[in-house]
Amino acid sequence: MKMTTMELSNERRSVHKFLPNSEDSVRNEMLRKIGLSSVEQLFSDVPEDLKMKRPLDVPDSLSEIELERAVRSKLSKNMSAPDLLNFIGGGVWIHHVPSIIDEILSRGEYYTAYTPYQPEISQGMLQGMFEYQSEICELTSMDVANSSMYDWATALGEAGRMAARVTRRQKILVAKNASPERIGVLKTYCYPAGIELEEVNFDPRDGITQTDVVENHLDDSIAAIYVENPNFFGVIEESIEAIADLAHKRGALLIEGVNPVTLGVLKPPGQLGVDIVVGDGQPLGLYPNLGGPLIGLFAIRDDPNLLRQMPGRLIGETTSRDGTRRGFTMVLQTREQHIRREHATSNICTNEALFAIAVAIFLSTMGPQGMRELGQQIIARSHFASELMQEEGLRAPYFNGSYFGELSFQSKIDSIALTKRLFRHNILGGLPMKRFFPAEPRLSNVSSFSFTELHSEEDIEKLVSALKQIESG
Amino acid sequence: MWDEPLLCELSKKGRRAYSLPELSREFKKHADLDQSIPQSMRRSTALNLPELSEPEIIRHFLRLSQMNFAIDLGMYPLGSCTMKYNPKVSQRIARDPKIALLHPYQDEQTIQGILEILAELERYLCEIAGMDRFSLAPAAGAQGEYVGDLIIRNNLVDRDLEGKDEMLVPDSAHGTNPASAAMAGFKVVKIPSSQDGIVTSEAVKQVISNRTAGMMLTVPNTLGIFEREIVEVSKIIHERDGLMYYDGANMNALLGRVRPGDMGFDIVHINVHKTFATPHGGGGPGAGPVGVTKQLSDYLPVPTIEETPEGKYRFDYDRPKSIGFIKSFYGNIAVLLRAYCYILSLGSNGLREVSEQAVLASNYLLSLIDAEAFSTPFMRGTPRKHEFVISASPLKKKTGVSAGDVAKSILDSGMHSPTTYFPLIVPEALMVEPTETEPVENLERYARTLNDIAKRSKENKEEVLDSPRSTAIGRLDEYKASHPSSMILRWKKEAK
Repeated sequence: MKMTTMELSNERRSVHKFLPNSEDSVRNEMLRKIGLSSVEQLFSDVPEDLKMKRPLDVPDSLSEIELERAVRSKLSKNMSAPDLLNFIGGGVWIHHVPSIIDEILSRGEYYTAYTPYQPEISQGMLQGMFEYQSEICELTSMDVANSSMYDWATALGEAGRMAARVTRRQKILVAKNASPERIGVLKTYCYPAGIELEEVNFDPRDGITQTDVVENHLDDSIAAIYVENPNFFGVIEESIEAIADLAHKRGALLIEGVNPVTLGVLKPPGQLGVDIVVGDGQPLGLYPNLGGPLIGLFAIRDDPNLLRQMPGRLIGETTSRDGTRRGFTMVLQTREQHIRREHATSNICTNEALFAIAVAIFLSTMGPQGMRELGQQIIARSHFASELMQEEGLRAPYFNGSYFGELSFQSKIDSIALTKRLFRHNILGGLPMKRFFPAEPRLSNVSSFSFTELHSEEDIEKLVSALKQIESG
Repeated sequence: MWDEPLLCELSKKGRRAYSLPELSREFKKHADLDQSIPQSMRRSTALNLPELSEPEIIRHFLRLSQMNFAIDLGMYPLGSCTMKYNPKVSQRIARDPKIALLHPYQDEQTIQGILEILAELERYLCEIAGMDRFSLAPAAGAQGEYVGDLIIRNNLVDRDLEGKDEMLVPDSAHGTNPASAAMAGFKVVKIPSSQDGIVTSEAVKQVISNRTAGMMLTVPNTLGIFEREIVEVSKIIHERDGLMYYDGANMNALLGRVRPGDMGFDIVHINVHKTFATPHGGGGPGAGPVGVTKQLSDYLPVPTIEETPEGKYRFDYDRPKSIGFIKSFYGNIAVLLRAYCYILSLGSNGLREVSEQAVLASNYLLSLIDAEAFSTPFMRGTPRKHEFVISASPLKKKTGVSAGDVAKSILDSGMHSPTTYFPLIVPEALMVEPTETEPVENLERYARTLNDIAKRSKENKEEVLDSPRSTAIGRLDEYKASHPSSMILRWKKEAK
């Protein structure tokens, strides 16, 4: 039975394990020392009308035993591996998470720390974040990386606003074969700043963005062009460097969105003339967690105009005051909200710092050889799947362009119906283009299947066999 | 403590820490990169990542962790940050593969368990905040503010009130408030705090105009003082067709006692990594769910989570008035799950007790601090709530030791400093929020430490100015760190 407010104040309450001073004698002693007889007196300046007269209508406190039982019982209604095979990508990819990441991230020194405002006692986080920044620069061949954004989509949103500030232009060209939901986020970040988006169509046969099409859209009102590589269809864009040239000739910036797992084998953006790189570090050591938390990558080439306008936290290397020891600290805080307020480059404060450590661990675990092998293993599987499908007379790949881990596929039934039919075979997939491009009938029956190093031959054979059944039925 | 090398300095060619299974014969046939990637797009230069063995990586990051302070190690009374204890049972639950391995684009029928939890969380937050709907999507408080400001903007457009482009923000507000408002396209108009440190209806009447879109406010304010004129202020804003936005950073003072909805707020964000004890992670991940009244619920980001007549849960994307997508997918789910666990752990009575204990701890600590060295500006004698701001101005005048120096000196005691130089309206500000999870002995020890620093500032100033001395490293050269000519933002590139 719930107690009334009065009863709550007077009743001898049980001590909660998170409340060390809730024991009556301790509370009363503290009150006595500040000359009060009841906690209510500390709220005497709150208008009586505003005070709740009833208890909160949420459940009563659960013990740890009851809590675990209740929550796990609900979670058991979810379905995941190994009960189901998962071939979905599209922005979150299911990769192996090395055990040492779980181990290090479970350290309270990291996960219960705050933002490193006092660097003298935060060298652990600060050095870890500096190492993350450095490794992202190496991976992307860019010159400066910040220590994280919320995710790929918001990193893109901020990149769009940044490009408008740097170029003083108000339009961004976006590749139509980019993730529509990420473009949706870009729109949410752009329209309040008066920035417009204009779509650049892709070649219907190879699924790639063509330079002549880009050129037709380019003029002096364009702040930036945005392409994804691989794009949302999983196809590798081949004209990034050419598009960069076109952009630069017109005073525009090139923003590339990347899946960082590809960069062990694909040419990094810094070597293609890209000005701003965005992406998600999720495939580099983060569990999918139903899509959050993720970690937004944000990196730029070396240019003081870009650096000044860059959002997010930056960690720099310095020394102790006497110059004898190396140390790390937050730098260029004059871009940030706590200093510049309404003139800040972004409002971002809390970001995804803990996962910067996870990604730093992942990249040092893999090393150059590991990233290359991982890329090979993924490509091997997607291309093996393609061969198997072709042997069964299935249409894969649908697009002619080359691909990394996501294979495009065209079915006889529409792509959403396909996912339902595959579910009956305990398979999750593919990514249905009908859902993401509802206004494009030619994509209605196109799906994308994501393959990672976790898929065995048997897994892939199961998928192909199921597809064969569905397509012939 | 030690000088821990960088990963690139520990690297030795040929070392590896990864293990991938051998490619099967079938897979090997397709592993030739020359066959599958066009030459122009193939990586042709070496990737310069460090090469280490697994034991070395563990050791490196664990050694680094020993040079990192955290709430699990000691008191961390940063004002408006609510550094309270992070429950471990939530950590264990969040590791469950039935949450960790879920792909966001999985069919809804395969994720009913987590959708049910999120729908329940939404209901609890509505009850706690006095709102009608919540979006769980925003990744942080600042992003919640941006969402709220966009909702205001879009709602004004719908009401043909587009000319309203000014957002009122008190001078004591957290930096994210004006930053978010500016991002949403508003011009920020500052409201000066009164002599009592609050936002008065008088002050609002002074700055309000036909261009006022609304106000962003936190209650208690950043001084730790309850905004006693809030109902009147809300009325004034509403009468001029404006909307009220609540910054939930200070919700820890009000749980189960006062609800933002009852104060007249239309939009609320909650910082779950503050009030609901999800770990800060050194700067994230967090989550900033946004609550709204019924009239504004059409504007929430897509998708929302809805219950079907059959008692199942689904995502709703069909919301034409929505401000749109605010981030990838649905929010920081693993963080939200921890907030859910926290609410159930505390329960109805427990949550109310949290606020009581937080407010008691704050006032108790304040009462023990040397009032000669540290003055309490605004409304002397009136109780604070969960946090308080003191000024080190008297100390600085007498000894030359500043708030910044005091903050550095506290680090030597194995506890964290308060927030410094915020809010901007208090000179030499120290903003202290002990939270309800600190045993009373720690509160006493913190006060003793502050008072001792004040004493030493008079008797042995050099010691204070030279601190911290017992930490992993002493004060850093911040000037060199940010100066363009000496700034270093990544480790040295390997010479080719």
